[in-house]
Amino acid sequence: MRAKSAFLTVAHRLAILAYIAFALFPLFWLLKVAVTPNDLLYTEGVRLWPSRASFEHFDFVLRHSSFPVFFRNSLIVSGSTAVIVTILSSLSGYALSRFNFRAKYWLVTLMLLTQMFPLVMLVAPIFKILSPLGLTNSLTGLVIVYTAFNVPFATFLMQSFFDGIPKDLEEAAMIDGATQFVAFRQIILPLTLPGIAATLGFVFTAAWSELLFSLMLISGNEQATFPVGLLSFVSKFSVDFGQMMAAGVLALIPACLFFLFIQRYLVQGLTAGAVKG
Amino acid sequence: MAYAARHNGLPAIRPPLMKRIANASAPYLYSAPALILIVAVMLVPLVLGVSYAFRDIQLLNPFSGAFVGLDHFRALSEDQAFFRALRNTLWWTGASVLLQFSFGLILALLLDKPFPGRAIAQALVFLPWAVPSFLAGLNWAWLFNPVVGPLPHWLYGLGLMNQPANILSDPQLAMWGPIVANIWWGIPFFAITLLAALQAIPRDLYEAASIDGAGPVQRFLSITLPFLAPTIAITILLRTVWISNFADLIIVMTNGGPADRTQIVASYIFTQAFKRLDFGYASAIALVLLALLLAYSLLIVILRQWLLSKD
Repeated sequence: MRAKSAFLTVAHRLAILAYIAFALFPLFWLLKVAVTPNDLLYTEGVRLWPSRASFEHFDFVLRHSSFPVFFRNSLIVSGSTAVIVTILSSLSGYALSRFNFRAKYWLVTLMLLTQMFPLVMLVAPIFKILSPLGLTNSLTGLVIVYTAFNVPFATFLMQSFFDGIPKDLEEAAMIDGATQFVAFRQIILPLTLPGIAATLGFVFTAAWSELLFSLMLISGNEQATFPVGLLSFVSKFSVDFGQMMAAGVLALIPACLFFLFIQRYLVQGLTAGAVKG
Repeated sequence: MAYAARHNGLPAIRPPLMKRIANASAPYLYSAPALILIVAVMLVPLVLGVSYAFRDIQLLNPFSGAFVGLDHFRALSEDQAFFRALRNTLWWTGASVLLQFSFGLILALLLDKPFPGRAIAQALVFLPWAVPSFLAGLNWAWLFNPVVGPLPHWLYGLGLMNQPANILSDPQLAMWGPIVANIWWGIPFFAITLLAALQAIPRDLYEAASIDGAGPVQRFLSITLPFLAPTIAITILLRTVWISNFADLIIVMTNGGPADRTQIVASYIFTQAFKRLDFGYASAIALVLLALLLAYSLLIVILRQWLLSKD
């Protein structure tokens, strides 16, 4: 019996290790090629770590390429999207959490539907709408589109956080003469700070990752976000693997930071947006 | 204002008319900004997209825009590339969902019981979820590339390949590239949702069952599985729809190639709109995809009703 349970424990730990190895290996390889000097890249192809590591690719990417611009553009787009979505969805999430109103059912249905239908359907019409407004090839246009795409899921997420706060709190404040909006702003919102942080993190990650709409709406280097810039770099300089992967590592940094930040809320976030990645 | 609010809780005194209007409109005011944005950026383009399906809309042709009736759909019914994309979509979705789910379930079961270092292990195995999809795609494309990636060399070393070649350029195998990337990327999603459901199962059930002499397999089949069933059903259904629309990895890794072998309907729509700038035809395909997804959802709802009424 004892031998059997020891065997099971070992098997369990090995299985966990296998999963960790599978999860981390691609990222490890990305880092490994990024620090491999060009002269060693082909001679030491499948070695797990180069005999000499260098940061020359990072140096090149940061100083002689447009990646800092792409990085800044992506940061602006994802950051503004996250802030605006969080403001809008804390309002609408509060409405869903605290009020019973006639259109509530339809509002929820509409928001659920937007999570179900293929967004790729909207690529062409959105381009046609934004183009005469001068919002193609503009970061503002991207922010508007991303904000709309993320509001439904963020609303459900914020609603789940509001649901966890007892109603008595704002009722007490309102008996003391505060309007509901004042109670919402001064009492409920501060209590939802963890929820607000989680929503910011989820939306930032989603906006940072978005690919199809940024490819369609952005052309040219000036306004390119990271995915657009990286893909055009890949198709132009498809042999500079070290530089491409160094750029890839850069794209990974904010995503990883935000992941650490929202890790605790993964379950809540994924169930709120059950259909989102 | 303060006076009216003070009397809000008393049913005997009706608040003044203005106050009642303000109260009734409050939820609409809170949700208006979000709603307006959703309508303007999602609903309006959706309707517009449906209309494009019946019009000749080509971005580079200023004379286009005329109503063409069902012409796009006639062209579509003879478009071999579209039917291939349809078959590929089934293959891509089926393999991705099945494997993501199986590996995700195993991972959730492994993480269910506490063990030293569980928190850090959990953070590490869930990390791929945070990797942007375009980067996941590029990363795996590089791993499959014999010039910088180890995978072809390992497969060759194991005798699974005649030479270290790139499976992404092999018409027979190419689809496995995006599928593997998708599995890597999607396991955390299933593991996280299933883990949450697992942790909600009352622990004493297991104790009672083992006192009654149930083995681990029996406990899994008669306690764990029935408890997980609703979560499994809903996540698989939603994920199926989501993955069938998920074109990022394919566009980044193969762009539908070689010879359209990895083209799915979603990436085909994107290619038509993005490369050929034929918005009319792209919208027609999108409409067909939407109809298919609606039919699938309806089928599921009917199936559920039927299963429920049978009990």
